[in-house]
Amino acid sequence: MKSSVIIFPGSNCDRDMDVALKKFGFKNQMIWHNDVDLPKNDLVVLPGGFSYGDYLRCGSIAAKSKIIHSLINYINSGGLVLGICNGFQILIETGLLPGALLRNKYLEFICKNVFVKIKDQKNNYFKDIKKDILKLHIAHNEGNFFCTQDEIKLIEDNDQIALYYSNDKGEINEKFNPNGSLKNIAGIFNKEKNVLGMMPHPERMIDKYLSGSDGSIFFETLLNNLK
Amino acid sequence: MKISIVITLKKNVLDPQGLVIQKTLNGMGFDNVEKVRQGKFFEIELSETDKKKAKDKAEEICKKLLANLVIEDYKIIDSLNNS
Repeated sequence: MKSSVIIFPGSNCDRDMDVALKKFGFKNQMIWHNDVDLPKNDLVVLPGGFSYGDYLRCGSIAAKSKIIHSLINYINSGGLVLGICNGFQILIETGLLPGALLRNKYLEFICKNVFVKIKDQKNNYFKDIKKDILKLHIAHNEGNFFCTQDEIKLIEDNDQIALYYSNDKGEINEKFNPNGSLKNIAGIFNKEKNVLGMMPHPERMIDKYLSGSDGSIFFETLLNNLK
Repeated sequence: MKISIVITLKKNVLDPQGLVIQKTLNGMGFDNVEKVRQGKFFEIELSETDKKKAKDKAEEICKKLLANLVIEDYKIIDSLNNS
């Protein structure tokens, strides 16, 4: 399986993602944002970080990068794209995912482990996943998912919610919502379910001795589903 | 031609920074401050002499980059009379 990680100026989770993808069997290459063409891929990842120093709005400048045109073509042909944290913000700013990511409700940068509940397995990312509650890491200042009432209705009708913030038992309510996200949303799909944006970092949970192993489950499942 | 643009969060979008500023002002004794909304201000110089064209260009700039229309409104406030 071939994957690419796109690097923007200010990306800082790109190498962690490279390590994670290779660990689970992807043949990964790094792509510079100013490149015009994407190589042939089974998966493209937009990594976390602070592209362009979060100037203007998080992800807004990176969303105008040269590589985005071929990313859109790749998505339109059914290719899988995963955006983590700043990658999620970039996908939202390109309009490839709906809604917006606002400043965290309590105005704090949040850096901690959280539990997320996978909504359903009818997609390439979570099909046949061993657990539906994962312990993952979040580290962000703008992860407060927001959209209008009409939009959230569309998102729910199309089954586009991917992950909710929850507790270790999968209960979803305000108490387990770290950043004020609408309906505890931690990740969403596009309509076609080939684009996934999520705030938590699975690449930080791939070593049970250092951090945790639920990120491993995420990558193993993804690889199996792509085979 | 100089153009000024103000961007604010839409009315129905929570603005926690504005809220904190409002409460701070209340705490400082400005009891009559009822609401604060924080926004962004831009000054743009365009090599354009036609007012309408400049305004159209500013609109396009707002829609395509400066504002995220999901959460923000923009206002082109300076009516281009200055140099």
